[in-house]
Amino acid sequence: MTDFLQLVIAGTATGGCYALAALGFTLLWQASGTINFALGEMVMLPAFMMLFFMSVLGLPLPLAFLATLALSLLVMGYGFKRVVVDPLIRHDVITLVIATLGLSIGVRQAVKGVASAQVFTFPSVFSDTLLTIGGVRVSAGDIGTVVVACTIVLALQAFLNRTVTGRAMQAVAQNRDAATVLGIKVERMVLYAFLINAALAAVSALLITPVYLAKFDMGDTLGLKAFYAAIIGGFNNSRGALLGGVLVGVLENLVGTYISPGYKEGVALVLFMVVIVFRPQGLLGTVEERKV
Amino acid sequence: MSPLRWIILLAGLAFVALAPTQMKNYGVYLTTLWCVYLIAGMGLNLTVGYAGQISLGQAAFLGIGAYTAAIMSKAGVPYLAIFPAAAALCFVVGLLLGFPALRVQHHYLAFATLGFNMLVFLVLRNEEWLTGGTFGINNIPRPTLFGWRFNRPLDFYHLTFAVLVLTGVLMAFLLRSPWGRAFAALRDNPIRAESVGINTTFYTLMAFAIGAAYAGIAGALFAPLVQFVEPAPFGFATSLSMLLMVIAGGSGRFFGPALGSVVVVLLPEWLRFAADWYLAVFGFLIVAMMIWLPGGLLSLPERVRR
Repeated sequence: MTDFLQLVIAGTATGGCYALAALGFTLLWQASGTINFALGEMVMLPAFMMLFFMSVLGLPLPLAFLATLALSLLVMGYGFKRVVVDPLIRHDVITLVIATLGLSIGVRQAVKGVASAQVFTFPSVFSDTLLTIGGVRVSAGDIGTVVVACTIVLALQAFLNRTVTGRAMQAVAQNRDAATVLGIKVERMVLYAFLINAALAAVSALLITPVYLAKFDMGDTLGLKAFYAAIIGGFNNSRGALLGGVLVGVLENLVGTYISPGYKEGVALVLFMVVIVFRPQGLLGTVEERKV
Repeated sequence: MSPLRWIILLAGLAFVALAPTQMKNYGVYLTTLWCVYLIAGMGLNLTVGYAGQISLGQAAFLGIGAYTAAIMSKAGVPYLAIFPAAAALCFVVGLLLGFPALRVQHHYLAFATLGFNMLVFLVLRNEEWLTGGTFGINNIPRPTLFGWRFNRPLDFYHLTFAVLVLTGVLMAFLLRSPWGRAFAALRDNPIRAESVGINTTFYTLMAFAIGAAYAGIAGALFAPLVQFVEPAPFGFATSLSMLLMVIAGGSGRFFGPALGSVVVVLLPEWLRFAADWYLAVFGFLIVAMMIWLPGGLLSLPERVRR
C-alpha cells in the first residue's frame, strides 16, 4: 500500500509537469487555432538554455532561470508567433502541423549538433530530502513540483476568469470577429497566449528536467504526453489539462510497476484512444460546433 | 492527358526501369527503396492529399506489411499469397484506424494516428515471441513467383518496379472513378459532400483502408529488400518522412509522392557529409517550405506562371 501511494505521488508530480506543458498547448489552440507540434522541443530548449547559463556563464540556478524565462518569451513566444505561425495561420491546420513538426526536428538536431547527444544532469530547485509521512516516503521535490504546478494552473485560471485581460483572451478564443467588434485588440491577446505558452514551457523545463535529465530528444516523449494530457482532459478547459496530466502521470507509474515496463509509454496513448472514441471533447471539455 | 504528357510519362517510366542496370548494387538498392516508399506514399497521398485526412501513422502499416511478409515467408508461405495477405491485413487495420477519424478531425486525428503508430511500434518491440523484439527477424528470403527467383538485386528491383506500375495504374483508375470525386468532395467540404448524398462514413474509412493496404504491399516488398526487419524503421520518424514525401512533392497531385520520395530517400544520401546538421537544416527547410510553397514542389510551375 505504501508502494502504491509513493507511486501515485511521484506520478502526480510528473503529471503536474505534463499539465503545465499541456496548458500552454490548449491556450495556443484556443487563442489562435495553432497546433504546436514543437511543444516538446519548447520544453527541451529552456532546459539547455538554463544549462548554458549555469555552466558557461556560471550563473546560479534562480538567475539562470530568469534569464531563460526572458529568452524563452522572446524566442518561443514572440519569435515563434511572428516567424512561423503568423505566415501560416491562414492556411489549413495540416500546414501548421507539418511546419511545427519540421521546426521540432530542426531545433532538436540543432541542439544535438551544439550540445552533442550526451545526457546532462540538471540540479533541482527543491532540496533532495525525503520526508516520511505516515510511513510513506515522499521526496520534497515531488511535493514542491505538485504545489508549483497546482498554483500555476489555479493562478492562470484566476487570470483568465477574473481579470479584464484574461476575459478578453477568452472572448478572442470564442469568437474573433465579435471580440474585434467589441474593441478588443485581438492580435495582442493572441500574443499574450504565445507568451504564456513560452513561460509555462520554461517552468515545466525547470521542474521536469531534474527527473527526465537534459537530452536533445527529451522533448520527444514529453511533448506527446502533454498533447495527450491536453486532449484527455479537454482541449478547451484549463483544469482539464491538469486532470489529464496527472491521470497520465499516475497511470504510467502504476502500469510500469504492476503490469509491464515495456508498455509504460503506451498508457497515455490507450487512455487517449478511449477518450476520443467515447468522449472526443475530453473529460472536462465542451463540444465545439463544426462550421460549414 | 495530352499526347505530350503520355510521351513524357512513358519516357520517364522507361528511364526508371532501365537506369538501375547501369548502377552498382547500392544504387539499385536505393532505387528499389525509392519504389517501395513511393508505393506507400501513393497510398498516403490518397488518404491525405485526395481525401483530406491527416495521417501520421503510415509507417505502422509499412511495418505491419513487412512483419507479415517476414513471418509468413519464414514459415514457408509463397510470396504469391504473402502480398495479398499483407495488403488485406493492412486494409482491415486501416479500416479500424478510420473509426477515430469519423469522430474527430484535424489535430485530434494527427495525434490519433501518431498514437497508433507508437502503439504498433511498442507491440513490434515488446512481443518477442512473434516479432523477435529489438533483435528483429533476419535472413528473410527474396521472393519466388511463378517459378522465377528474384534473388539478384536487379531482378528484385524489376519485381518492385512492376508492382509499382501495377499499383500506380490501379490508383489512377480509382482516382478517375466516381470514388475519386467522392474523396475530393470529402476533402473540400465534408458537410456539403454529406448533403449531396455522399456517404462520408464509407469514404473516410475507405480512404484510410486503401491507403493502408498500399503501405502493406510496400512493406511486403521492404522486408525481402532489406532481408531483415526490426522495429526501428517503422517508428514515427518514418511516418513523418512519408507525410513529407506527399507534402513536399505536392499533396493531392498524382506525381507528388514520386518527386517527394526522391527528396526524402536520396537527399539524406547526398547530404551525408553534413552529418548531424543535415537533419537540422532539413527541419528548418520544411518550415520555410510550408511558409513559401505550401502546395509542394509540383505547384512551382503554377506559381511561376502567375
